[in-house]
Amino acid sequence: MPGVLFFAFFAVVPMVLAFYLSFTSWDGLGDPQPVGLDNWRKLVNDDRMVQSLWLTVLLTAASWVFQTVIALLLGVWAAGRQRNRAVLSAIFFVPFLLSSTAIALLFYALLDPNFGIIQENILGSSSGAFLAIVFVGGWQFIPFHTLIYQGGARQIPEVLYQAAAIDGAGRYRQFFSITLPQLRHTVTTSTVLLVVGSLTYFETVLILTKGGPGTDTAILPYLMYEAGFKSYDFGYASAIASFLVVAATGLSLILVRLTGFGSMRSTREGM
Amino acid sequence: MSHDTLPRPRPAKTEERPTPPPPRRRRKHWTRRGNPVSGLGSVIWLAIVLVPIYAMLSASLTSQDKALTGNPLNPPTSPTLDNYNTVLNSGFGHLLSNTAIVAVAVVAIVLGLSVPIAYVAVRTRNRWSGLAFRLFLLGVAIPAQAVVVPLYLLIAKLNLYDSLLAVILPTAAFAMPVSVLVLVGTLRDVSEDLYEAMALDGASPQRMLFQLAVPLAKGGISTVVIFAALQAWNGFLFPLIFTQSDGPRVLTLGLFNYVSQFGVNIPALLASVVLSGIPIFAVYLVARRALVGGLMGVGGK
Repeated sequence: MPGVLFFAFFAVVPMVLAFYLSFTSWDGLGDPQPVGLDNWRKLVNDDRMVQSLWLTVLLTAASWVFQTVIALLLGVWAAGRQRNRAVLSAIFFVPFLLSSTAIALLFYALLDPNFGIIQENILGSSSGAFLAIVFVGGWQFIPFHTLIYQGGARQIPEVLYQAAAIDGAGRYRQFFSITLPQLRHTVTTSTVLLVVGSLTYFETVLILTKGGPGTDTAILPYLMYEAGFKSYDFGYASAIASFLVVAATGLSLILVRLTGFGSMRSTREGM
Repeated sequence: MSHDTLPRPRPAKTEERPTPPPPRRRRKHWTRRGNPVSGLGSVIWLAIVLVPIYAMLSASLTSQDKALTGNPLNPPTSPTLDNYNTVLNSGFGHLLSNTAIVAVAVVAIVLGLSVPIAYVAVRTRNRWSGLAFRLFLLGVAIPAQAVVVPLYLLIAKLNLYDSLLAVILPTAAFAMPVSVLVLVGTLRDVSEDLYEAMALDGASPQRMLFQLAVPLAKGGISTVVIFAALQAWNGFLFPLIFTQSDGPRVLTLGLFNYVSQFGVNIPALLASVVLSGIPIFAVYLVARRALVGGLMGVGGK
């Protein structure tokens, strides 16, 4: 199976290699030199790292709230089959087609204090820059998550709504008692993709704020990029990267475990 | 847009049969799911989606000095294509052809490798195929950012640094997990009986793959093609880190460089963003159904 080997070579081997490199010192030229735990010690004692980790968690959490709420509502709404919904869903999807680079540039221009819609230096303030990144990320990825929820909502058996209507449950009651529990598994899928995907905000950060003002939007992937490809400290960059892998996969696994089980049972109960 | 642009719902399942709903009931059901509040919400979101796009188009048609004085939300008073000319004359064609090469190569690699893998994962039930499949499941969760440093080492050791191959190979590898998942999903739907019938006729596994599985998995394959092309077209990280010179520069990186090149010429910058999106948008108009349908399945079950 050459395909498996190809994938392993470019995705799995590098992951293992990242762990190895995190125990070395390498400036990008020549060969990496083993330095033991130096990079990890530096990682634990680095104030920027602590700030960056906090920012990453905060960004992921804020993005989750922003995107999940809107995507869930839009997705359930779009699962209806009227024609205007089909047309609107088609328009909603457009931002997802543009590259992160293009979108970041678009908002870089629109938020420019001299040119933009809002004549205020949003990207110059810490909270403004942070919120801008959350918004731009949502603008780009909500279409995708909406689609996932739309697919999930369409698979909810109609009998459930019919039965609820007979029992006299209103619209909101139906949403909270049927739609939400039935979509639990979909929420998990979307959340895992969102958590892993929030690391791709790197492009947005690089173009929109360059981690600034100061270091106030320097999330972990950006910190790693700076350490590696700006300061040529690839050993330290690998330590940050390894930490990222562990955190991302760990979080995904926990999410699946926590919510996957329950959702399967509730689906059965509903039948 | 006609009603068949969205994937149709699956045919009604058997549990709906016992009480065949009269048409009136059906309508009532739809109105129950939609309501004025969510209708309003979707219109608000429509504005959030469209206003930046409109501002971009309008600004890209405005001359630079006017753009700085006017509000970008006003329609351009004297539209001009100068910005587009500026962009097209600054090597945009070269960026475009590089990106096209990357996209085609990535699609070819992804298809060539994922189709057999998905076929094997569906058709054989031994420990190795199961293990390989799980490897790809895990692969969905590997962030490209996390492996970019060691990949840089690999690319350098392979003497591929600053070439299009340095972009193509990792991009293809990272497009594979999702492709395999989508293809496994569609190939599972191919009935076992059909394989058995072909086997009885003495068909080899290769023949079954190309004459039965591939034609029947057309939907999944087109999803994968579009998805891989989209990833290759929009990829930024790998080009940023694995290329350096003008030769192998792709579109996204070119856009990134325009920021410094055009400086404060924001209309030209936005014109380049518009131009970069046109090819993808054209593909979307043609292949919307396959793309949307395939992605919608991701969270379905």
